[in-house]
Amino acid sequence: MEVLTPRSLDEALSVKAERPDARPIAGGTDLLVELNFDRARPETLLNLNEVPELRGWSRENGTLRLGSGLTYAEAMRAPLAELVPALAEASRTVGSPQIRTRGTLGGNLGTASPAGDALPPLLVEGAQVELGSLRGVRSLPLSEFLVGPKRNALEPDELVLAVRLLPSAQPQTFMKVGPRNAMVIAVCSLALVADRERGELRAAYGSSGPVVGLVTAPLEERDHFADTVAAAASPIDDVRGTAIYRRHALRVLAERAMERCLA
Amino acid sequence: MSTIPTRTPRRTPSRTPTRRLEPGRVGDPATRHDGVPKVTGEFAYSSDLHAAGMLWGKTVRSPHAHARVVEIDTSEARRLPGVHAVLTHEDVPGQKNYGLEFADQPVLASDRVRYFGEAVALVAAEEPEQARRAAAAVRVVYEPLEPVTEMERALEQEPLHPDRPTMSHGYRDDPRPNVVRTMVIRHGDPEAEGEVSVAGVYEIGIQDQAFLGPESGLAVPDGEGGVDVYVATQWLHVDRDQVAPCLGLPPEMVRIHLSGVGGAFGGREDLSMQIHGALLALRTGRPVKIVYNRQESFVGHIHRHPARIWCEHRATRAGKLVNVRIRILLDGGAYASSSTAVTSNAASFALGPYAVENALIESTCVYTNNPPCGAMRGFGAVQTCFAGEAQLDKLATKLGIDPVELRLLNALAPGDRLPTGQQIEGSLPVAEVIRCAAALPLPQAESLPREAIRLPGGAGNTTRGEGVQRGIGFAVGFKNICYSEGFDDSTAARVILRADGSAEINCAAAEVGQGVSDVILQVARTELGTDDVVLAPPETASVASAGSASASRMTWMAAGAVQLACRAALEERKRAGGDEVDVERIYRHARTTPLDPETGQITGDRAHVAFAVAAMRVVVEVDVELGLTRVVWIGTAQDVGKAVNPLAVAGQIEGGTAQGLGLALMEEIQTRDGLITNASFTDYLIPTTLDMPPVESVLVEDPEPGAPYGAKGVGEPPTVVSTAAIVSALRDATGRELARVPVRPDDIVGL
Ligand SMILES: Cc1cc2nc3c(=O)[nH]c(=O)nc-3n(C[C@H](O)[C@H](O)[C@H](O)COP(=O)(O)OP(=O)(O)OC[C@H]3O[C@@H](n4cnc5c(N)ncnc54)[C@H](O)[C@@H]3O)c2cc1C
Repeated sequence: MEVLTPRSLDEALSVKAERPDARPIAGGTDLLVELNFDRARPETLLNLNEVPELRGWSRENGTLRLGSGLTYAEAMRAPLAELVPALAEASRTVGSPQIRTRGTLGGNLGTASPAGDALPPLLVEGAQVELGSLRGVRSLPLSEFLVGPKRNALEPDELVLAVRLLPSAQPQTFMKVGPRNAMVIAVCSLALVADRERGELRAAYGSSGPVVGLVTAPLEERDHFADTVAAAASPIDDVRGTAIYRRHALRVLAERAMERCLA
Repeated sequence: MSTIPTRTPRRTPSRTPTRRLEPGRVGDPATRHDGVPKVTGEFAYSSDLHAAGMLWGKTVRSPHAHARVVEIDTSEARRLPGVHAVLTHEDVPGQKNYGLEFADQPVLASDRVRYFGEAVALVAAEEPEQARRAAAAVRVVYEPLEPVTEMERALEQEPLHPDRPTMSHGYRDDPRPNVVRTMVIRHGDPEAEGEVSVAGVYEIGIQDQAFLGPESGLAVPDGEGGVDVYVATQWLHVDRDQVAPCLGLPPEMVRIHLSGVGGAFGGREDLSMQIHGALLALRTGRPVKIVYNRQESFVGHIHRHPARIWCEHRATRAGKLVNVRIRILLDGGAYASSSTAVTSNAASFALGPYAVENALIESTCVYTNNPPCGAMRGFGAVQTCFAGEAQLDKLATKLGIDPVELRLLNALAPGDRLPTGQQIEGSLPVAEVIRCAAALPLPQAESLPREAIRLPGGAGNTTRGEGVQRGIGFAVGFKNICYSEGFDDSTAARVILRADGSAEINCAAAEVGQGVSDVILQVARTELGTDDVVLAPPETASVASAGSASASRMTWMAAGAVQLACRAALEERKRAGGDEVDVERIYRHARTTPLDPETGQITGDRAHVAFAVAAMRVVVEVDVELGLTRVVWIGTAQDVGKAVNPLAVAGQIEGGTAQGLGLALMEEIQTRDGLITNASFTDYLIPTTLDMPPVESVLVEDPEPGAPYGAKGVGEPPTVVSTAAIVSALRDATGRELARVPVRPDDIVGL
């Protein structure tokens, strides 16, 4: 296995154009599991850790740009945590301190699991995914980027560059259910924004359907919203939980989230 | 009788530099000699072994739970780069089957596979990746058969072992197909009526030992036809005695060496890579290393028996137990392992530490195509404690008696008889232990709202107090110490006492993390009156058997052997005029005899050597809307005889409690048609530090008359009791019956 380590974004995109089979690796917290279990044996790894353009976050005219290399540990830190509080809460639920130090947003998007904890908070904030290749940069709403369970809209020559969003500055929260009190993949999860400015409730559920799903309703429909969320989800029975429990838990989470955000 | 309170240091940051390692004598809170290397990562585990010219072995395993093996074609695998050997059952030179107690398991499957992950072929190659590729290239044609997966149905289905390997070993004859062993204990008048009765059916899922160090070892050919196997195991000599016949070698040509054990808990009693590694090493003439990955580890060892238990407890209105009727059904999986002993242990301790005049206990273990089960910490007593203690809580509620009072009212005491007719001869301070645990002050209820991390759901941020109910539970656990029922083992120790007063101890006791090597050193220092003592690496060639690091027996037995050998060495040296002496002695515990196969009654003075009891009080907080739990606090009292090392005992109590907590709340191997569906630490969950509460423990010291220094074993009682105690608290918080562990969120919510 060959590991290529570009030092700039241009270099990284050239490599990806020349060798579209090269697997990007950021924190490696998903990819190394795949390698260890012998589920993947890419000939080339494209190490993104030395590409400065992908790191950190910035703010321009109010719009946040979160680099694909942003780690959960970074997302939990102020002042970013205050701009996207649900993302910060979600980051705190991810894995262990070691995983939060290594794992990145770009990796969560790359894996595109319905259990990806960064996804619901980004979805409720209307995030756009910025994809780049030598051909140029394009932007997709997150809901269009996530096309199926563990499938996304990346073209073979593309990399995830960043996530862009305009923080709503509205009360929001993230909750994740698992049968153990830390280090657990979501049995189901929920991010919610109570957007008084737009008079809207926005919720996104994880681990309750093939992709992370977004549900919106006018604020006046608060009384039915928990049921709406539970009905919108399409959970299944698997080793982590039952469909009936997931639906039930989503209802409870939605009620609690609204209480938190509308109190 | 004395009690030692120990309090778990809460994760307080310590400013003190590394503590100086104190050598320690018997009774001292000695620091572990392997503690620092293990924490700093310097300790070499069996998976870290390396030898020059070493090859990597890989096992080809069955993807089916039950199938006929039609054909095994190794030709393609042999042609792959780096491959040195591909072996099948035809290459096993000696005995084709092996087993801890009954040789019913093929070294490599020939005509039939009986469980998911059963070994079918072996590969050795230069690189692990090449071995992996070659293993995948071994073409095995299977004809799938209907798997036997339901315990009750197994008793009527086609037998998986038509030759009935466990029958006619002095066990009760049970003609039903697939019975591994049936055991019946009739005590007093099994039809005796009480004024009140409570009944229940309880279920226990499959728990895994989930040791962090996967099965691994290194087999090195000695160039003269023999082999040295370096492996993480629990009993060196019984490994040798199983490995050698399969290799067609005399035992002395197989030498087993203990290498670093990353946890065992019963899961290393059976063989894993020992025969396989040795076969490959002897065939290739090169050292061969085998390391299972996590997924493979889940099929690489036996598990705790899942069980279904029917109970009826009859009592007087005053709460005195009159008659207990229990039927236990255990799923042994595909091969016998130690199922026969687990069947009996489950029955023998099913009543708990209570004096009951009448009882009818039936315990049956069946063969199925589910994952094989065998020894795991608690060994049958965990399952029955969960059921029996739930019954006592139910009875207490029905009678309106305090659950602790009910237990005290029925507490067993020395002089009383067990349902097997055995009289308690040694120490058994049941009432004292119950009182000590019940007297531990409960922590104050914490105020709400509070940080989510200190609430059920923890880091998941699911509640700030909504839906949270507090519950308090209590349970008592009971188990034997040492091997039993005529299976009388021994432990040897050899002491080389030099003229300068220094000493070297040889003992094959397996250090599996329980701290027995420190016990051995403490005993030797105490007996020899010197700190200048070293412990030689355990291996079969230098000393006779130590027996297994199981049944909470190793401290007792190793301390007995080392004490005996040290005293003999001092005598010898005196006689030798102060010259170096080399003395080996074998220690045995009091003799036991089998139970009568028809009545389950003792056939001599005793079927068990000694007993230990632990009581536990638990506080939980449960989010009853989401079904999530936070165990807030655990207080426990344990009957330890004598704490040889109080620090190590507290460690065993914490670890054992964590393992019981896992079974109560999250640990379960899930299967579909016999196939394991959660063979990873992503989906087989074990408690994290956020799940584990502080444990306050009181050590009740009531010396055991027959034991060295009066010390009982301490490893299992915490695991036996904690599952029952935690679920007792969950019932208190939720008002639900919760008759199955692990308790699922669905069960708490009531879906
Ligand atoms: C012990 C453990 C616990 C975990 N717990 C959680 C959890 O609680 N919640 C959760 O959501 N996840 C969890 N994960 C999964 C993982 O940590 C996250 O998905 C993380 O966000 C992955 O980021 P990474 O940088 O490590 O990705 P990597 O493993 O480096 O990459 C993941 C995938 O994304 C691709 N990729 C990475 N960067 C880019 C890019 N810039 N452009 C295109 N493709 C890219 C890679 O090729 C790969 O396919 C856990 C993992 C482990 C090992």
